[in-house]
Amino acid sequence: MKLVIGIVRPEQANQVLEALHRAEVRGFSMSRVQGHGGEVERVETYRGTTVQMGLSEKVRFEVAVSDSFVDKAVGAICEGGRTGEVGDGKIFVLPLDHAVRIRTGDTDEGAVTPVAR
Amino acid sequence: MNAGIDTGDTAWMLIATALVLLMTPALGLFYAGLVRSKNTLNTFMMSIAAIAVATVTWAAVGYSLAFDGDGSLIGGLGNAFMQGVDFAPREGTTIPELVFFAFQATFCIITVALISGAVVERMRFGAFLVFAALWSVLVYAVLAHWAFGGGWLISGGTLDFAGGVPVEMASGFSALAAALVVGARKEWGRQALLPHNAVYVLLGAGLLWFGWFGFNGGSGFSTGEGSVLAFTNTLLCPAATLVVWFALDLIRGRKVTAIGAATAIIVGCVLITPAGGYISPGWAMLLGALGAVPSYGIIVWRTRTRVDETLDVLAAHGTAGFFGILFIGFFAQESWNGVSDGLLYGNVDQLVDQVLAALAAPAYAFTVTFVLLKVIGALMPLRATDREEAMGMDVVQHGEEAYVTGEGAILLLPDDVGRAPVVPVADPG
Repeated sequence: MKLVIGIVRPEQANQVLEALHRAEVRGFSMSRVQGHGGEVERVETYRGTTVQMGLSEKVRFEVAVSDSFVDKAVGAICEGGRTGEVGDGKIFVLPLDHAVRIRTGDTDEGAVTPVAR
Repeated sequence: MNAGIDTGDTAWMLIATALVLLMTPALGLFYAGLVRSKNTLNTFMMSIAAIAVATVTWAAVGYSLAFDGDGSLIGGLGNAFMQGVDFAPREGTTIPELVFFAFQATFCIITVALISGAVVERMRFGAFLVFAALWSVLVYAVLAHWAFGGGWLISGGTLDFAGGVPVEMASGFSALAAALVVGARKEWGRQALLPHNAVYVLLGAGLLWFGWFGFNGGSGFSTGEGSVLAFTNTLLCPAATLVVWFALDLIRGRKVTAIGAATAIIVGCVLITPAGGYISPGWAMLLGALGAVPSYGIIVWRTRTRVDETLDVLAAHGTAGFFGILFIGFFAQESWNGVSDGLLYGNVDQLVDQVLAALAAPAYAFTVTFVLLKVIGALMPLRATDREEAMGMDVVQHGEEAYVTGEGAILLLPDDVGRAPVVPVADPG
């Protein structure tokens, strides 16, 4: 099992959602984060006060998957998130020790595999 | 005091002018709530830009073309650059022409701002400024002359109390043309593009309704009976529209929606705009109730088409303006308006005059707007690139955000500003 963390542009978030859906990755969470990854900063001006926006809005996807789904999840986030410009984001894949589905008590592979409805 | 000036009328018209000017920022708020948060400022700024641009063009030539002389198609240039616009009463009124000029200017402003609803979230700000300047002269001033300034509609007998022709039908059908030329937003039809703040929408609609008492109540240019009738009808008609809209919402979705209610307020105000001083309070309520249905239907139908007329200017203004203009032809009542009866009271000619306006105004507005935007589009890009559209028009067009947190913002001292890296997609226009 792995935890796939993808940090992407907010404007690409819907594309990532669509790509994950196509890849049949059904369970994930997403959150809004702010970060910095070497992209050229935006300069904004408010009534004469000029500021350099050091942090950019990003969207962070967290997907817990069984090993056979790691490549699909990573591929989907890449496909949906890429624009080709600096600032497209990063994907991190972490080992995952243990998972529990709260409703049933299923653990590990059983917990991260979607159940048929 | 000049002879022929009435102090009471002038006092009311000064207030009415300020009320109508307030409608444009209110419209900006209404529109800003309906778009996504990354386009809040740009959407609001299109309304502010209308105040800037349309006021200048109005003072330069717009007012003169609309209100100088009684040429059939267009006015003269006798009042260009406000020549002769002074303290003397405007012909046919008891208020100084300066006040009349300012009151009519606010109408031109809001009409220009209304069209922006069709092109928000993707049209470049610079291109919109150019469009606004030219449209205010080529379309608004011409139609205002036809309906208000002595042109062929008003001299032929068409009744239009406060602007069903130059304001409502002109903006609605121009909006349709603008949406077709500028094209849909890139995610249109693929993703849900939702309003980001329904409270702005309700507050904007409420302030618009407030301002509309000046819009309709001032269109008699006095405190006379026509103005009083229009004022009270501006309360009655939108209320009836709201009630029917609630019912339609209940039938269709089993819930009464807030954004639906805000839309109903606008539709009701538009419906009574042409008819305000010409129909009885009872008929005004019927107008509000019946007129809700076609606008509701067009909104439901439009979202199923490929036309991204984003904020439904056609449904709220074009359709309701069209309906209101025709309604006069049936229900105008000389015992209330002192001018003319409609078909119901035995005067077929009035209906014919109204039908003429309902056909001519949309045709003119749509055609000229379509050609005008094609020409501007040939000279400069009308819309932002896909990448800029994704980032949001606030950052790209204005270098500001509506909901900036300030976290991670580094203050640049004046010496640093020139050296700061500039966002590569920045677009000064």
